[in-house]
Amino acid sequence: MKRKTDENPSDDNLDERLHSLGKRLGKNQQVRLAEGSAKSDNAGFGNALRLSTEFVAAILVGAAIGYAIDRLAGTTPWAMIVFLLLGFVSGVLNVLRTAGELSHPHKQDGD
Amino acid sequence: MANDPIKQFHLNELIPLEIGGVDISFTNSSLFMVATVVLTSGFLIWATNGRGMVPSRAQSLAEISYEFVAGMLRDSAGSQGMKFFPLVFSLFLFILVANMFGMFPYFFTVTSHIIITVALALLVFLTVLGVGFLKHGFGFLKLFVPSGVPIVILPLVVAIEIISFLARPISHSVRLFANMLAGHITLKVFAGFVVSLSSFGAVGIAGSILPMLMTIGLTALEFLVAFLQAYVFTMLTCMYINDALHPGGH
Repeated sequence: MKRKTDENPSDDNLDERLHSLGKRLGKNQQVRLAEGSAKSDNAGFGNALRLSTEFVAAILVGAAIGYAIDRLAGTTPWAMIVFLLLGFVSGVLNVLRTAGELSHPHKQDGD
Repeated sequence: MANDPIKQFHLNELIPLEIGGVDISFTNSSLFMVATVVLTSGFLIWATNGRGMVPSRAQSLAEISYEFVAGMLRDSAGSQGMKFFPLVFSLFLFILVANMFGMFPYFFTVTSHIIITVALALLVFLTVLGVGFLKHGFGFLKLFVPSGVPIVILPLVVAIEIISFLARPISHSVRLFANMLAGHITLKVFAGFVVSLSSFGAVGIAGSILPMLMTIGLTALEFLVAFLQAYVFTMLTCMYINDALHPGGH
């Protein structure tokens, strides 16, 4: 046993070697994961494609809600006006959120 | 007109069927949906059949697609989200393969019809609603109440958040549908230019090189868009599932 360690100190214990290999692999994997979430133009391009529809969809939903309330409550055109404006606001909010995810991809991991 | 750019989206009844007054004919769209499902499940079953420690080429492809979607889901919804992996993986593969099928000439693009994409988006939307209310009860409504907002403007903020939540299935479905539709129409129109220009003799044939180059470029772009739209759809699904699991995490 002792002679063996003298021969090659890093080779004496299979468990230890496996353990250190696992550690190194783990470190590599962590590095890879960190790179992974910041990676790739694909994600950026994908997010860019999202922006316009996010904005338009919120306006449409706002207008639809306003129209429905008007039809039900007979308050034409006030609910439509109010909810169309709210739709604009939430459209802008959606776009800002998408853009925010673009520039801080790590923020989401916290919650 | 020989090259009508809309004709490619026309639904043809292959096997007319009607049950109880409801038209459930087997159309070319159904055919390609079946083809998509058969191809994806057939490929995955065949590729993972060997279960080698050292994967074959097909098995690595299956493993790469698994890792890709699993990584996406784990990144945005955490390990809890892995319960929804079957749903997310099926959605991703269905959309990706349907989009790629659409890139073959004379093939039908399933995802260029809004009814399909709305059905997929509503599936995700209702899953999120159901899981959210099942897991958190009325605590799920915290999603609409951001923390740290003064009580005076809270009703306004809640209304805005609700509108932004309801806009999700619309933007989710319209994005996929509009990109596939617009891309295929553009491709067809530019390819049509080549044909109509080349009927004008030598000058026309020389001139048709330009739309030809454009068509080649657009084809490459369409392949990118076909993948990216599947990716974006899946990524958003992951993010919505994250909202269902952790409301109030804004």
